[in-house]
Amino acid sequence: MATKLPKVPVVVVGMGWVGGIIAAELTKAGIQVVGLERGKSRSTEDYYHVHDELRYANRYELMQDLSKETVTYRNNEKVRALPMRSYGSFLLGDGLGGAGVHWNGQYYRFLPYDFEIRSKTIERYGKNKTPEGMTLQDWGITYDQLEPYFVKYEQMAGISGEPTTPDNVGKMSKPYATGPMKVTPGMKLFSDAAKKLGYKPYMIPSANLSQDYTNPDGVARAACQYCGYCERFGCEYGAKADPVVTVLPVAQQTGKLELRTFANVTGISHTGGKATGVTYVHTPTGEEFFQPADVVVLASYVFSNVRLLLTSKLGKPYDPKSGTGAVGRNYCYQVNGASTTAFYDDKEFNIFMGAGALGSSLDDFNGDNFDHKDLKFLHGANIRYTQAGLRPIQHNPTPSGTPGWGQAFKQASIKYANRVLNIAGQGASLPFRHHYLDLDPVYKDALGLPLMRMTFDFEDQDKELVKFIASKTKEIADQMGATKTEMRDSLSTYSIVPYQSTHNTGGTTMGADPSVSVVNNYLQMWDAENVFICGASNFQHNSGYNPTATVGGLAYRAAEGVAKYLQKPGSLA
Amino acid sequence: MANEEKRPPQQPQDDSRRRFLKYTGTAIGGVVVGGVVGGLIGANRKEDGKTKPPAPGASPATPAAESDRDYNQAFMFFNQNQFQITEAATERLFPADDLGPGAKELGVAFFIDHQLASAYGTNARDYMMAPFYQAEAYQGYQMAFRRRELFVLGLEALDGYSNNHYKKKFVKLTPEEQDAVLTAFESDKADVKGVPASTFFSMMRSLTLEGVYSDPLYGGNKNMGGWKMRNFPGNQMSYMDAIEKDGLVKMEPLSLHDHLTS
Repeated sequence: MATKLPKVPVVVVGMGWVGGIIAAELTKAGIQVVGLERGKSRSTEDYYHVHDELRYANRYELMQDLSKETVTYRNNEKVRALPMRSYGSFLLGDGLGGAGVHWNGQYYRFLPYDFEIRSKTIERYGKNKTPEGMTLQDWGITYDQLEPYFVKYEQMAGISGEPTTPDNVGKMSKPYATGPMKVTPGMKLFSDAAKKLGYKPYMIPSANLSQDYTNPDGVARAACQYCGYCERFGCEYGAKADPVVTVLPVAQQTGKLELRTFANVTGISHTGGKATGVTYVHTPTGEEFFQPADVVVLASYVFSNVRLLLTSKLGKPYDPKSGTGAVGRNYCYQVNGASTTAFYDDKEFNIFMGAGALGSSLDDFNGDNFDHKDLKFLHGANIRYTQAGLRPIQHNPTPSGTPGWGQAFKQASIKYANRVLNIAGQGASLPFRHHYLDLDPVYKDALGLPLMRMTFDFEDQDKELVKFIASKTKEIADQMGATKTEMRDSLSTYSIVPYQSTHNTGGTTMGADPSVSVVNNYLQMWDAENVFICGASNFQHNSGYNPTATVGGLAYRAAEGVAKYLQKPGSLA
Repeated sequence: MANEEKRPPQQPQDDSRRRFLKYTGTAIGGVVVGGVVGGLIGANRKEDGKTKPPAPGASPATPAAESDRDYNQAFMFFNQNQFQITEAATERLFPADDLGPGAKELGVAFFIDHQLASAYGTNARDYMMAPFYQAEAYQGYQMAFRRRELFVLGLEALDGYSNNHYKKKFVKLTPEEQDAVLTAFESDKADVKGVPASTFFSMMRSLTLEGVYSDPLYGGNKNMGGWKMRNFPGNQMSYMDAIEKDGLVKMEPLSLHDHLTS
């Protein structure tokens, strides 16, 4: 029997970027918040010996312990889903700050096209352009509506970028908080080549601070040192914006946030279209607590947001056969795989140095910035050269035809260790009727709850996109003065084994139509007005970008929604 | 241990170390200073490439031979035979050559021994709950078998295959014969009790690269010899002043041990 705790105005499930932002905004407004985090606490002191590739990159120090919980996976409904037993395709965060701790810090606002993708696609190409089974949806919000919330995130995190942006991305009402990062020789080769071809390269907007910065909340952070340990690592300087060094201390300073770690939420209680609170297990003892609240906010990673709704029987589960129900609908990913490697026999680069968001990129072939009339796919990819810092266990480049081991491998991998530049596309992932999340009928987590089951594969859309984008990466790489270039342009069946991207999206999508979305554009649940769900799980599709900017913007929007709702309950739509 | 008088499998090999240092002797210098987080940057950098910081607890009076001894080089998991097969096989995957040391000299077999004794070897942070089913390749590892169990089976299979084809143990084969055996495992032409031999082979290959290039604290990459071969500077606190430079910036590598402050 769960111990019933005193009721609070707001309980937030998950203390990563979304939970941290919402907690900071609400507590600053004087609202009492309880934050529940299933993992441990964190601080920059934990990263004293963080420059350890084996521990953090290969053994996943910061990631969710899969022995307790994972997801199951299958390519289609005819196959038995099996658990992801060890890490591969994506890396799930855990503990205070969540995946916001181990990100690279690449910050891209989604394109205006993204938010109205269905309408704009039909408007330009007609109804028949969308292939059978593709379930494109507008997001119920426009870029212009979301713009002020992007600005809030940028000022809070100190996003570094160029003072002006190209005309093929969304307009900014305010420049980035700090100037762009430094330019490396490799980045210069990329942007010079791109300009020569008539493209519009720009510095990747970065959450690794280009300079010391004090944000509007008074949080001061130091500049990035380009140490080369970002993705999969925490930042010992606090230079990389993460929830632990930005929003969480602000919320805690108000005295209005009660943060409980090791609190794993197992269910939302609800009656008559309203949630009454959440049940959680205090994991060190197994003791159960019930936390009543006026508002319940789900702020976890994609899989946890969807799973908690389904295990709590809140909302209508998606049924791929009838196409009805929305919880679990429009699961999307990221379509990587288009790239060209430039090998230099006569030049060496310091590619072991870097920062997670250090790089140059272009959007000439992203979104609907180019004509798709004669192409067999929609959307596109951000094309980039990044210098995130290449470490020796995971970076052993060899030209094709080189053996995978032995002396020839050793000599080639050492020769090219500092002699390659990789130009890659980060492709959009569009939704299909048969790509979705539901509860696995067989496998359970350590507490006995069903695991999330993912049904997903790459489609012709994705394969065509990769082929096209790869040709563009080669076109650029060929202008970069390399000895030779090697292009990769084919995409096969989706596999859970190799790492690809931790940009999983969808499942609690947002929109204006309750039949194809779970939340409205304040991230308020259609089926329970005092439940707000926020994260990349709100995306109706994934763009050719990293997701955090859009997640951050939506979190500020959700915080505003919760505050409005507390003042005047009812639907905000 | 069966024979106490027997020399440990790997003693410091002064000759090869000197040879190695000769080949990589230019990798010294390179000053990098950050300056914002006082406690971290510069607090514990070596003043030059010559003096090594003392091991914790080592007194200046400690005899040189004593302080050179690597107490980390002992078995946590392997028996001697398993260790020797691992050492011989990984040396073929990453052999000593004119660029510098191979897996043996870098301590890769000790690294693998220590890893198999750790959470990695027991799949402690992997989902290991039943039921187990035959998987499609794209669904990844689906066996109840732990990594350390599989690795030992693989080592036994290396010896078994060598005996069948050459009437000798793996460690007694010529390097060319050892390569042929390893190739058979890589391409699933050998039997590891029904488990695909390539699963074992790719685990061993990954472990070898990890042992060559991980921080020396784990027992491989001895004296940062793996890093020095490719001019990887290891654990540096800042590249602020070097990040924009053309051409390779060479600097003496630093390990996490160098970054210990009391």
